[in-house]
Amino acid sequence: MKKHVITASVENHPGVLARIVGIISGRGYNIETLNVAPTQDPQVSRLTMQVPGDERVLEQVTKQLNKMVDVIKVTDLTQKRYLNRELVLVEVNAPSGKRAELIALADVFDARVVSVQKKSLTIQMVAERERVGDFLDLLRPYTIIDVSRSGVIAVARAD
Amino acid sequence: MKTGAKLIMDGLKAEGVKTIFGLPGGAVLDIFAELYHSDFEFILTRHEQGATHMADGYARATGKTGCCIVTSGPGATNAVTGLATAYMDGIPMVCLSGQVPSSMIGNDAFQEADTTGITRAVTKHNYLVHNVDDLPRIIAEAFHIARTGKPGPVLIDIPKDVQRSASNAVRPKNMDYLRGYRPSMDGHPKQVAKLAEAINKAQKPLLYVGGGVIASGAAADLTRLARKAHIPVTTTLLGLGAFPETDPLALRMLGMHGSAAANKAVSECDLLISVGARFDDRVTGKISEFAPHALKAHIDIDPSAIDKSVIIDIPVVGDAARILPLLIPQVKTLKRSGWLNQIKQWQEQYPLAYDTQTTQLLPQYVIEQIYEVTRGNAVIVTEVGQHQMWAAHFFKYTKPRTFISSGGLGTMGFGLPAAIGVQAALRDATVVDIGGDGSTQMNIQELVVAVEHDLPINVVILNNGYLGMVRQWQEMFYKSEYSATHLGGKKAGRGKPPAYLPDFVKIAEAHGALGMRLTQKNEVAPALRKAIRSKRPCVVECIVKENENVYPMVPPGASLTEMIHSMA
Ligand SMILES: Cc1ncc(C[n+]2csc(CCOP(=O)(O)OP(=O)(O)O)c2C)c(N)n1
Ligand SMILES: [Mg+2]
Repeated sequence: MKKHVITASVENHPGVLARIVGIISGRGYNIETLNVAPTQDPQVSRLTMQVPGDERVLEQVTKQLNKMVDVIKVTDLTQKRYLNRELVLVEVNAPSGKRAELIALADVFDARVVSVQKKSLTIQMVAERERVGDFLDLLRPYTIIDVSRSGVIAVARAD
Repeated sequence: MKTGAKLIMDGLKAEGVKTIFGLPGGAVLDIFAELYHSDFEFILTRHEQGATHMADGYARATGKTGCCIVTSGPGATNAVTGLATAYMDGIPMVCLSGQVPSSMIGNDAFQEADTTGITRAVTKHNYLVHNVDDLPRIIAEAFHIARTGKPGPVLIDIPKDVQRSASNAVRPKNMDYLRGYRPSMDGHPKQVAKLAEAINKAQKPLLYVGGGVIASGAAADLTRLARKAHIPVTTTLLGLGAFPETDPLALRMLGMHGSAAANKAVSECDLLISVGARFDDRVTGKISEFAPHALKAHIDIDPSAIDKSVIIDIPVVGDAARILPLLIPQVKTLKRSGWLNQIKQWQEQYPLAYDTQTTQLLPQYVIEQIYEVTRGNAVIVTEVGQHQMWAAHFFKYTKPRTFISSGGLGTMGFGLPAAIGVQAALRDATVVDIGGDGSTQMNIQELVVAVEHDLPINVVILNNGYLGMVRQWQEMFYKSEYSATHLGGKKAGRGKPPAYLPDFVKIAEAHGALGMRLTQKNEVAPALRKAIRSKRPCVVECIVKENENVYPMVPPGASLTEMIHSMA
């Protein structure tokens, strides 16, 4: 199933997020990632989410969201040219013998070691969602102790 | 400075509210204290569900926004079914609920419920008022949202402290600032032209008309279109009355219990023009075989209705009342004699029929008699079940807002309170609630309200001793094993079972209404006349055949061509 990246500008009111999530989950669809933050206009929040589903499912989802009183604009970016990024903080098991290897790997992915512990490293990475996925796959054999991902954020690109 | 409670009164007045339905409690005492000094007509119901259905019936009968007030916690949860009923059918309603004081929200306070959370999925929009300064704005927005676009219920949850604190806030002058809510009203001219072209090219067009036409006030335009271009018309349950069923072009209702003529026309047509209908599964049957030969056009104010279940070739998003007047001048007057002859043949071959010869009292006969006695001049309200389908089949609807029924949610218990709401709005109308013995018991307590307020509704109960519609499915699809569908006294209790359980005549009398029980055909017309002439709330209980079934029937999941016409 294709993963759709949907962005929405919404009124910064209490309850808006619950309503949006309700519209989507109430129809049995899953939100894989979700990110909300204010925009240049403090009254408006921007929300980015990844929802897997076929075109018709996603067309219904965007129409339903558009109908909501607090939703100003909804775009399914998957239909357009767009940029996406995800931020990840990952703590990975790093016995002294493996450290150099891990640091080299992080380097290849333009990731940075942001904290060093006795037996682990914490690495920060910002990249496109696929690249974040690839990086985490490569870390898995070292044993990931903890990971926090921001969820995808995205903006459309003008032609 | 005015208190929140006073601002609520001002807001409701500014919105043109005249009648309010509801029931008080601790969290709305301040609102009721203001109501005491106001000139609204307040109708005290006996259950909050009754209040919501009354407000709903009031709205369906008039097109105005119904209004009700309930208290926090159990008051609000009791209102949920009524909100969901209105939501599914697109009925404009504003429900005010009390809430515990702001400082106590989230503490499991006495009679606290997360009302906005609970009602989120069954309202078009809802609000929890945090600040008294927001009240005038929120009330204006709520009514605006309830009645515009595809109408629907809006709930405003108002904490007690907000009702008591004071503010100088005023209503906004207009709603232009609502940037997230701009319903599309005007259809795209290009799409309208495309639709006109398709109509002019079609050999076998068919109009498929839903409740949206009635909501938009477009019934007269729809009738003009059909008559000018000679297009036969079928309606959904909620579309009954949008086109006169006495017209030769009328195919009556389509779908699971639609007329054979309508279902055959859908299956044969080459252009299906849906106006204000939403391709509900009770209408389409098996989606992949719905209108298989037709180009499909869809006029609807709700963009999300387009392509939801059936893929549409010519969508026109907007208000039918604005689109049809653009469309009509562009369509040609074509004879279509081949198609209309075919339609006529179906109509003659497959009339909606029942056994008129039997001496037994049949439910269909009662409904025909209601039509005869009222000469079709009545507002028919229904409960949910077999009787609802017979009410759709055996009364001919010619005017919008004269058939009032819970379609989308199919709420048993809707009819009686909705009829009270209708009568509260239309004091001089003949209002007949056609109910089943099961459904009528669900909100029977509201009968008192009709008596108290001199609302002379006629409650006709088609008592078949069963949850009949469910019994029919058990007979047809579950080996006639009647699990938990038998009603009435025969098997109940110790000793000699009562002849009638409950005794609806005594119930009527206990509530101060007139009660009658009929068992014979020849009693029906005189009893109906007596009820209507009495100008009092009446209950006319008709003991009808137990195992009569609704036909035709398209089995669930089957195509509209697979109609069952009888069990024999
Ligand atoms: C609140 C509610 N509960 C259950 C149902 C399921 N249901 C649909 S029709 C029906 C039977 C209705 O019985 P009655 O009112 O006697 O009407 P009849 O079909 O016998 O005419 C039931 C139980 C429903 N529609 N609504
Ligand atoms: Mg019954």
